Amino acid sequence: MAKLVDRPKADLVIRSYIPEVLRGLRVTSRHFWVNFLTRKNVVTIEYPEEKYPYPPRFRGQHRLMKREDDSVRCVACFLCATACPADCITIKAGERSDKNEKYPVSFEIDYIRCIFCGMCEEACPCDAIRLDSGDHKLPGYTREEEVLQKEDLLAKGGLSIAKQGGILQ
Amino acid sequence: MDWMFMLIALLKVLVVLVVFVLMLGAVLTWVERRMSALIQDRLGPNRAQIGNVRAWGLLHPIADMFKAFTKEDFVPAGANRMLFFLAPAIALASTLACFAVIPFGPGEHFTIAPLDSGMLFIIAIGSFGIYGVALGGWASNNNFGLLGALRGAAQLVSYEVTMGLNLVGVFAVFGTMSLSQLVLGQGELLWGWLPKWGVVVQPVGFVLFLIASMAENKRAPFDLPEGESEIIGYFAEFSAMRFATFFLTEFVEIVLIAAIAATVFFGGWQIPWLDPQGVAGGFITVAQIGFFVFKIIALCWLQMLIRWTLPRFRYDQLMNLGWKVLLPLSLANIVVTAIVLALS
Repeated sequence: MAKLVDRPKADLVIRSYIPEVLRGLRVTSRHFWVNFLTRKNVVTIEYPEEKYPYPPRFRGQHRLMKREDDSVRCVACFLCATACPADCITIKAGERSDKNEKYPVSFEIDYIRCIFCGMCEEACPCDAIRLDSGDHKLPGYTREEEVLQKEDLLAKGGLSIAKQGGILQ
Repeated sequence: MDWMFMLIALLKVLVVLVVFVLMLGAVLTWVERRMSALIQDRLGPNRAQIGNVRAWGLLHPIADMFKAFTKEDFVPAGANRMLFFLAPAIALASTLACFAVIPFGPGEHFTIAPLDSGMLFIIAIGSFGIYGVALGGWASNNNFGLLGALRGAAQLVSYEVTMGLNLVGVFAVFGTMSLSQLVLGQGELLWGWLPKWGVVVQPVGFVLFLIASMAENKRAPFDLPEGESEIIGYFAEFSAMRFATFFLTEFVEIVLIAAIAATVFFGGWQIPWLDPQGVAGGFITVAQIGFFVFKIIALCWLQMLIRWTLPRFRYDQLMNLGWKVLLPLSLANIVVTAIVLALS
């Protein structure tokens, strides 16, 4: 059954438009003068000069973390590359001489493919890759510029004192 | 003598049209954006800069001008090239021509062409603007353009009547159609203290005139010929400087409406209780011209405020308002004015 909608009949005051129009003009002119004189209600953030603070869990550009001896934490286990739904991580593994471990000879992230989902960070057992740099990947002019190498990712990286290999060691 | 007269007239045209009207029109395109932004709690365009000079974004009209000049000037296939070229020019020229009879200050020196029937000249030339709309929509060989042109033609014809009739009341009160005589008449005082401005003796006439002339200007809440969200309207196919000309025309029309309303209803260059005959000269004359410009700017502001407050009418509502409400009201206004004048 059709639902009956109550439509109150507009009285002459409303149908004459004028009081309602004046009410509307009062609202807009109040907003105009308040913002013209004081900028009190203006919500605009003037971007390049002023930036909106991102929430702490913002996922930005990746960074590779380092150990105490400044070497890369990554052990080239390929878990991140496997977890990556966009297939944007390319790792070449090599042997480390000092420890019984591997290390990435090259570590590339293709930002044309990356969707910043954070699955690589979730998958990493060594706390080696993080998305907490708080930076955007800036746009570039060539495809090559959009593929970041191990050195670029390490440049933003910092020290991590998490136990290597997680709690299972 | 003759060429001297021409030279002075040309100088007046340059000062009034180029320096004042076109500049104010261009600045209003920026004011509109800044003002709508402030009303909506935003900042609006404030970034155009030359070197380090930003001037709150006042340079945006210049940037817009460069953009309009350098864009591709597109003419659609099947368009009537002559009319397509003429339409924006007709729209702008007919609007600018109306400023010829506006008295910017006391005496004949401050009017480009002091005509005895100045107001009739404005109504006659002003309605030429409809050709710009109708021809522009029709010549562009586009159905949406034609639809906009049809809407525009019907709307302008409907509201022209009300606009003209509302001025009749003022003519009756002051007994003249010459704008400079109207302004002089408004220098008198009612009961010894109240300036006899048009808005005081014809308040209903002013409100109806404002509504009708805003409808003439085709801006929200009467922007059906344009109707950005449904049909782009009569200038759908216009680009680059041709479009900018149509766009500028709208803003020049705002200035024109403000100038007419200030002259007819707000005492023109009259400063209340100060030199009503306009014979003082010197500094007082400058102040009077400044006050007239101030009135124009204030009325432009009011029109922009209305434009950013009210939503668009539906087409049947527009026609109902024009023919069933405004027209009878303005006729009643004339009858009441006539009766009062006959009795007093």
